[in-house]
Amino acid sequence: MSAVRWFDATWEVGCTDAGGKASGLGELTAQGLPIPPGFVVTTAAYHRSRAVGRLDESVLPMLAGLDPSDLADVADRCAGIRAIVRQLPMDAGSEEQIRGAYRELCRQCHVADVPVAVRSSATREDSAGDSFAGEHDTYLWVRGEDDVLDAVRRCWASLFTDRATCYRLDRGLDHLSGEMGVVVQKMVQPRSAGVAFTLNPANGDRSAIAIESSWGFGEAVVAGEVTPDSFLVDKVMFVITYRAIATKEQEYVLSGADAVVRVAIDAARGEQSSLTDEEVLDVARLARKVERIYSCPQDIEWAIDAHDGRGGGVTLLQARPETSWSRRPRTVQVEDPADFMSSIVSTLMAPLHAREDD
Amino acid sequence: MTKRFISPFDVPTPAGAEGWQSLYSYSSLFSEGRREYEDSRFWFQDGVHWPQALSPWDATLFEFALASLSQYNTRQLRIPAANGIDFRILNGYVYLSPVAVPADEVMARSVEFVDRAGFYYRSWNDLYAAWLTKVRALIAEIESLDLSALPESEDADEVVKSGSGIGSGWRLQEGYHRLLDLAHKVWQFHFEFLNLGYAAYLDFFSFCKREWPNIPDLAIARMVAGVDVDLFRPDDELKGLARLAVDLGLEEAFDGSGAADVVARLEASHDGREWLGSYRNAADPWFEFSTGSGFAHSDPVWIDHPDIPFGFIRDYILRIRRGEELQRPIQAILAERERMVGEYRELLPDAPSRAGFDTRLELARTVFPYVENHNFYVEHWCHAVIWRKMRGLGGVLAQAGFWPDADDIFLLTRTEVSEALWDHYASWATPAPAAGPTRWPAEVRRRAAIVSALRARKAEPALGIPPEVVTEPFTIMLWGITSESVSHWLRTSVDAGSGIRGFAASPGVAEGLARVIDSPAQFHEVLDGEILVAPLTAPSWAPIFGRIGATVTDTGGMMSHAAIVCREYGLPAVTGTGVATSRIVTGQRIRVDGTHGTVTFLE
Repeated sequence: MSAVRWFDATWEVGCTDAGGKASGLGELTAQGLPIPPGFVVTTAAYHRSRAVGRLDESVLPMLAGLDPSDLADVADRCAGIRAIVRQLPMDAGSEEQIRGAYRELCRQCHVADVPVAVRSSATREDSAGDSFAGEHDTYLWVRGEDDVLDAVRRCWASLFTDRATCYRLDRGLDHLSGEMGVVVQKMVQPRSAGVAFTLNPANGDRSAIAIESSWGFGEAVVAGEVTPDSFLVDKVMFVITYRAIATKEQEYVLSGADAVVRVAIDAARGEQSSLTDEEVLDVARLARKVERIYSCPQDIEWAIDAHDGRGGGVTLLQARPETSWSRRPRTVQVEDPADFMSSIVSTLMAPLHAREDD
Repeated sequence: MTKRFISPFDVPTPAGAEGWQSLYSYSSLFSEGRREYEDSRFWFQDGVHWPQALSPWDATLFEFALASLSQYNTRQLRIPAANGIDFRILNGYVYLSPVAVPADEVMARSVEFVDRAGFYYRSWNDLYAAWLTKVRALIAEIESLDLSALPESEDADEVVKSGSGIGSGWRLQEGYHRLLDLAHKVWQFHFEFLNLGYAAYLDFFSFCKREWPNIPDLAIARMVAGVDVDLFRPDDELKGLARLAVDLGLEEAFDGSGAADVVARLEASHDGREWLGSYRNAADPWFEFSTGSGFAHSDPVWIDHPDIPFGFIRDYILRIRRGEELQRPIQAILAERERMVGEYRELLPDAPSRAGFDTRLELARTVFPYVENHNFYVEHWCHAVIWRKMRGLGGVLAQAGFWPDADDIFLLTRTEVSEALWDHYASWATPAPAAGPTRWPAEVRRRAAIVSALRARKAEPALGIPPEVVTEPFTIMLWGITSESVSHWLRTSVDAGSGIRGFAASPGVAEGLARVIDSPAQFHEVLDGEILVAPLTAPSWAPIFGRIGATVTDTGGMMSHAAIVCREYGLPAVTGTGVATSRIVTGQRIRVDGTHGTVTFLE
């Protein structure tokens, strides 16, 4: 079994060796949605390394007779186990596959030592409901093969957090039953980013896709710290029906120390549109695709990253159902459809719509 | 709004056009007697139909058209909130002013409207079939009018011994008066359906705008537009004739020389004669097609100027030989139309709203063939016949020494033609010298100079007090006059540098070098891939749509005939810019965005 699965068109939907989070990302990929490029280190890599490093022999004795109510003891012992896991020697085959996959990711993105996010993707997460969500670890801005391997081991180690350990104890689960996949995904470094709704949040118009966009990381838009550029796109014709280019004064960018910092935008760039027309339409197409997959209005976060391995297209960062308009009852005032005359009379008496594109 | 347009009473007369008022009916002029009324109103220039200062007789069809439109709104259909459209001529240009209905009459009128319009909508297809029959009969009747020259001696059998008791002089005058009555009648027919067609279209339009406030106007137009449309038939016939010439191996005959030479060459072979037979079948009536709006006697009509259709056919032959597909992709257009309808419909929340959408779309599609097709029958075919008849009559009077050229008759008003005919008839009857030959030759020279002085000066786009908001539905649909276009005219100088705006009449973006032309006579100047910039385009310009990148016009709205044709041909178009021909020069690089209605100057 391979130690690595790529998030791409080859993803096997239903595979069991990737963990919950990775499976979700893989399925989005299989639907053709452009998530940040990357791969998952499968549970097979964990299993083999566990065997090579004889983890069972070192860990099980350390947990013998553990009393979950003795929090200090739990913390002590778990920290010890995690320290062991962090030093776990990897099996040579897995290690080479992970190193190779990371090098390939760097090559695809045209960035040496491309910064990645490394996230645990536990297989137990789903069965345990939400209880483990957020329990496992995430490492951002990881660069270089060795650091990636180190972050993978740290993720494995997070199987032995105090809470996870107590949870297994409580349920009478085998302490070595936890399995762990690890997601390795390129850190998005957006030139522009923002949000998109598959309806117009101002009036509930479902023929429209509303896009807000600004320079740099999307946090500025999401947090409302800038007045973003805004666009409306007709989702049937795919034409831009409204645009307002805002004066954008601040953006979040990556500093030299792999930290995201807020900086001022120079005046000329602040006046420019943060998206080209073609990019506006690409964001709209992406939003529409997500809406079609989930069959309900969506609220997505997206970014445009020049080094995304795909030539700078739109990347989907997050998708969730739109809730505000979607929950309202929708009624269209339709009189008896056969009585078109009264409708024509009211049309002729009502002032026509004001044109909105001027 | 604080700003206003110039008062019609303050517009100066162009140099050399002094006394222009005598060229038009007194009732169509701004005058001191109605000043208070006229000065309080908003008037917009109609350049869609009358881009040039009118020849005096051509004002006849303008007046018939406007009065018939008004009569249908006001007296016949009882449109609830719109009366007619008042009209004036100033410096030879046409100005229109929609008249509102007093609020307290609207309810009563809507009861009458429901009864009358409802009858038409319910029986639309039958009534439209009857319309086609009666318009064809009317055109045939105009064709049959005998406006030939008066004989030296009346025919003994037909006139004298038949016991009819009347002679050719009466026949000639009756023929002219009958021509006027029939021309007025075809304009009655024209508006029998048009306003109702627009009303049903507007109802679907309003439904879509209410449910989807951001839906582009174009999307609505494309859901409704027909595919098999008579207005496209002339161009389809040209393509068919080009194909036939290739199939019969006759391409060599079309070597770029004039139609007469090509015809002579074709007459020499069996296949050539077969082709000419097909040409004549197609030409009657489909080449009764004006190169302009059909409202000017001077706009060449294909059938009378065979160099025009032969030139287009030659173009098409060359394109066939290059392997181009000429036929419109009807299946693809239909499939795209159904995709759009399906996707918008799917956005509706429930079954009743979908039923409402379906009912309105169906009615809009029922009425739309009339909206698209009537233009060929009335403005093109029937007008072409009227112009020919008038030209014939002009020739009769030219023969009698009234003026040098047959076309000089168009420099008289319709009542003056009646007087001149009387003059001619009386002098023929007596015989004795007519007054006309001493009066008209100098007078037509004076008038021709006035008309060209009027045409040398561009019209004011609007006059008087702009309305707070334009709501009259037909004004918006047909002329593209909206609150925005009015305010745009008031500040035309604002975004002078980078580009101009107009109606997003036909979607798509194209970039290229501009070619500014005033009339179809300049078609030969247009190079492949250029962007055509013109005061307006006519449906009969379709044959060159296949080789230009886009078109930009001074006048026209979403539903103008040119916009309909551009959409059909997939040619990006921005219409109603007001200033394209004066702001863009030939050779300038521009970008036309027909989806958003913008023209960007790239240099």
